Amino acid sequence: MLKQYSFEKTAVQTFAGNVSLAMRTENLQVFYGANHAMHDADLGFPKNQITALIGASGSGKSTYLRSLNRMNDGIATVTGKIWYHDVDINEPNVNIYEIRRHIGMVFQRPNPFAKSIRENIVYALKANGIKGKAELEERVETSLKGAALWDEVKDSLDKSALALSGGQQQRLCIARSIAMEPDVLLLDEPCSALDPISTVKVEETLLQLQKKYSIIIVTHNMQQAARVSSQCAFFHLGHVMEYTPTATMFSNPQIPATQDYISGSFG
Amino acid sequence: MGAKRTDFIATVIINLIVAAVVGILIFLLAYILIAGLPHVSWSFLTGTTDAFSGAGGIGVQLFNSFYLLVLTMLISIPISLGAGIYLAEYAKDNWRTSLIRSAIEVLSSLPSVVVGLFGFLLFVVKFKIGFSVISGAIALTFFNLPLLTRNIEESLSAVPRNQREAGLSLGLSKWKTEIGIILPVALPGIVTGIVLSAGRVFGEAAALIYTAGQSAPVTNFADWNPMDAASPLNPFRPAETLAVHIWKVNTEGLASNASQLSAAASAVLIIAVLLFNLGARVLGNFLYRRVTASK
Ligand SMILES: Nc1ncnc2c1ncn2[C@@H]1O[C@H](COP(=O)(O)OP(=O)(O)OP(=O)(O)O)[C@@H](O)[C@H]1O
Ligand SMILES: [Mg+2]
Repeated sequence: MLKQYSFEKTAVQTFAGNVSLAMRTENLQVFYGANHAMHDADLGFPKNQITALIGASGSGKSTYLRSLNRMNDGIATVTGKIWYHDVDINEPNVNIYEIRRHIGMVFQRPNPFAKSIRENIVYALKANGIKGKAELEERVETSLKGAALWDEVKDSLDKSALALSGGQQQRLCIARSIAMEPDVLLLDEPCSALDPISTVKVEETLLQLQKKYSIIIVTHNMQQAARVSSQCAFFHLGHVMEYTPTATMFSNPQIPATQDYISGSFG
Repeated sequence: MGAKRTDFIATVIINLIVAAVVGILIFLLAYILIAGLPHVSWSFLTGTTDAFSGAGGIGVQLFNSFYLLVLTMLISIPISLGAGIYLAEYAKDNWRTSLIRSAIEVLSSLPSVVVGLFGFLLFVVKFKIGFSVISGAIALTFFNLPLLTRNIEESLSAVPRNQREAGLSLGLSKWKTEIGIILPVALPGIVTGIVLSAGRVFGEAAALIYTAGQSAPVTNFADWNPMDAASPLNPFRPAETLAVHIWKVNTEGLASNASQLSAAASAVLIIAVLLFNLGARVLGNFLYRRVTASK
């Protein structure tokens, strides 16, 4: 039987004091029809840092993350505000295609296109009007280097992306996202389909990438959250229960729900 | 009876059934080819038919079959591509969509002779187009559309959802994702379906008897202007196809060697259909390797 935790007693820091925020949500609510899957999420994400979202299965992490770049359009109703560069991007009239170029996303299962490695990266760039051959080549190289994949694939850029290993495919998906030169990178359990060695590689990649990008990562793996993130949000049944610096959350959780989740005596 | 024994018996029975199916097919093919091939010659393949007796070569009919096929595909591929993309990607799950789906199902189960009669009454008689390639092509389109639409919809739906999410998350529009990412992955399946349906269209007779007609006027193969009455490309001339020719030679052929003629024509028809099937496989595999860049 699931323990009951009070949704009144939360510990959510704002992080707005001495750092600037890459984006922020205010009263974010998500409904799948009648299912109220996300309640009042107020979270701010510091620039050039990694923020982890943790919580049990079904707690609403993906639901929240997918709202941030409007991937829930047509699937769920999202109310509240999503601030990005002083614009509420949850307004109906914003250009969602533009938004998604600034806020990239990497999914749980690697989903490279059934195209060559090079085409995986340049396809969306070309669609966005980048035509110069030199520029495209350059983006392929920098993005693959950024995703720590360059050395492994530089001689086989015209091979099928489907022939790569799962971990390489996931890093290719990261490369494909950063080739768009986004601001924010959203990752939904990017390592859950990967072996430990590939996981380490992806984590190292993320730690490098935070110099250029603001990263929000959903993970089930608490060690991973501890290794990569600066702050950490704990979700429970569609509520944000605690949002504190990662070190604080793992050494000194503020509320019973987080304490139980972290110590493994949850539920 | 142990599980192992049950398993063994089931395997034997299944293998026997498969062997029976393959056996029947091989027997049929062998019978038709052995009966027909000895009578196939170059002059038979290119010669003209005597309009009265039905004797002579099948050159014009062979051309008509291919021409009708091309016209039919030119009409039906764009329509079914649009319909398939709509059903797979854009149609909401509501009563209107299920109505469309049932309509397609009904259309696909219409007997081809009924489609032919409909084409005869509407195009040939009412619109006064007469027995013509174009009437035949439209009738065949009716009969081809539902199967092609189905095939395209299924090929598109079989592409994993996460490919669509990948496209959308990169800021591509839904249409761009569809055409640039989903369609190429589905293309091998779509092409296989098109080529297989081409085989079916090529062998169709009933829908054509009253639409494309049963006469194969000798055409002037030096004249490729579709507007000229004698041109083989003129879509308004009657055009007996190979399959219709076989039917006609068998039912009302007056030639002394009618049975040989029809056996030979059947062999040619079967070989053409087999080539379509083989072509579907080869082309499908080739395209798959091309679009996925796998060698
Ligand atoms: N497409 C959808 N349609 C309807 N309900 C959904 C959909 N996606 C998620 N939900 C519901 O929203 C709630 C939160 O799901 P969500 O996928 O966000 O959880 P999660 O924290 O990401 O879980 P996991 O760790 O298993 O990925 C669940 O109750 C789920 O049933
Ligand atoms: Mg999830």
